[in-house]
Amino acid sequence: MMLIYSKEWEGGLPPEKREQLKAAHRASIDAARRKGILLAAEPLAPTSTATTVRMQDGKPLITDGPFAETKEQLAGYYILDCENLDEAIEWATRIPTSCKGGEGCIEIRPMPGLPRDD
Amino acid sequence: MIDCRSLAENVFREESGRIIAGLIRISGSFDRAEEAVQEAFAAALAAWPEHGVPSNPAAWITTTAHRKLIDAARRHRTHVEKQESLRYEIESGASGGSEDGEEVMYFPDNRLRLIFTCCHPALNREAQVALTLRTLGGLSTQEIAKAFLVPEATLAQRLVRAKRKIQEAHIPYEVPPPERLRERLASVQAVIYLIFNEGYTASSGAGLIREDLCAEAIRLGRVLCELLPNDAESLGLLALMLLQNSRRAARVREGSLVTLEEQDRSRWDQDAIQEGLARLDQALALRQAGPYQVQAAIAALHARAKAPEETDWNQIARLYETLLEWNPSPVIALNHAVAVAMSSGLEAGLRQIDALRASLDHYYLFHAARADVLRRLDRRAEAVKAYERAAALTANPVELEFLNKRLRELT
Repeated sequence: MMLIYSKEWEGGLPPEKREQLKAAHRASIDAARRKGILLAAEPLAPTSTATTVRMQDGKPLITDGPFAETKEQLAGYYILDCENLDEAIEWATRIPTSCKGGEGCIEIRPMPGLPRDD
Repeated sequence: MIDCRSLAENVFREESGRIIAGLIRISGSFDRAEEAVQEAFAAALAAWPEHGVPSNPAAWITTTAHRKLIDAARRHRTHVEKQESLRYEIESGASGGSEDGEEVMYFPDNRLRLIFTCCHPALNREAQVALTLRTLGGLSTQEIAKAFLVPEATLAQRLVRAKRKIQEAHIPYEVPPPERLRERLASVQAVIYLIFNEGYTASSGAGLIREDLCAEAIRLGRVLCELLPNDAESLGLLALMLLQNSRRAARVREGSLVTLEEQDRSRWDQDAIQEGLARLDQALALRQAGPYQVQAAIAALHARAKAPEETDWNQIARLYETLLEWNPSPVIALNHAVAVAMSSGLEAGLRQIDALRASLDHYYLFHAARADVLRRLDRRAEAVKAYERAAALTANPVELEFLNKRLRELT
């Protein structure tokens, strides 16, 4: 699983950059699909829409916003069925993290629950 | 009478990396490979004194380790690792009996795979070092912990975590593709050089074990050159380590650091120097410039000078300039400034050193270098102040003793 962390833009991305970013994601998604390894890929709505639920004394404590205020926020994810970490890293370098390209980062996490046929 | 234990230990030290690399390839498991080698080693200690040492001890241990792995795979068959056992069967089925098994084990790429897996950038540097020494170097957890002055439990934990990450994050057991080879190789070289420096900088205290680290780093450097004979930087790294290590015996006298200038050059290890120079020539002939080769070239200029006055400081200053182009770090700039002081004049060098104060004011070598130039300029009062500042910034007893000696000479 590749978690995309990006800096959020105040008031959302400017339309032109938004289109660039979408096109870049479309390209990675298509490439992964052609290779037959795409399991899922999804953008997330900004953290201004996030709600955090934490159980406290058996009752849900509901707060507005993400679980932690950090410089970069979870913005979306890909789930790719990679052979090994190197292949996953290779894909991670192709997934855009923001329209500027250089901002943000990708965290790769194995999903041990998925069946693997190696 | 042959001392079976030390013979077995030698074989173990020399061969375990190769054997473990082969067994990991077959079993897909670091732990199982290590266990099999340990068991084979124990079996050797039990069998050799009684039945005599086999004509080819390394092959004996390899074959035995291979068999232990089969036994373990059978034992584990009913467990969760069914898939791994299957993989084992496929591979061993293809290779047939034990002689072919040995061929699989000796296939040189296995050690290369192992190096790249141990030094994978997804592992932290400490884990890379520990894994490399443990699997390729065949050092025990206890030995590694001692050499790096960490509790054994901490080191064991580090190894367990690293191996778990390799398994769970699916860090591949492969030589990286050509387009990634250079950057990944840089990580391997950094690990080997770190092991060397850990042994080289602390020439006091834990003594022997630390010398072992230098020897181990050089051995790993040789393995890397053997596996990648056309990689100039690997050759450069080996040359650098050999040339630095050649001065080992002359570097410390009565517990105090001896500067290059004051070292008894007759105590330099000429064999190591000759080999270092030969490796450097080999590297330079490949025409792929790189920082290890440049550092080795600097070490070579020192090694070639029969007396301190014969040192080609002009050339050394030029080499540091090249190094600065790749890596504009203030520490390299300091070395460059010292070379300038020794070649173009002390005043010019001092000006360059002083220009680095903002970034290096807390670095003891900055003040030690400055003090040395002031001493040569006979500006005694300033030199004393600079030596005192340097002494306040280091805790290493060998370095402290050196600085105090200088202070005594000046006052």
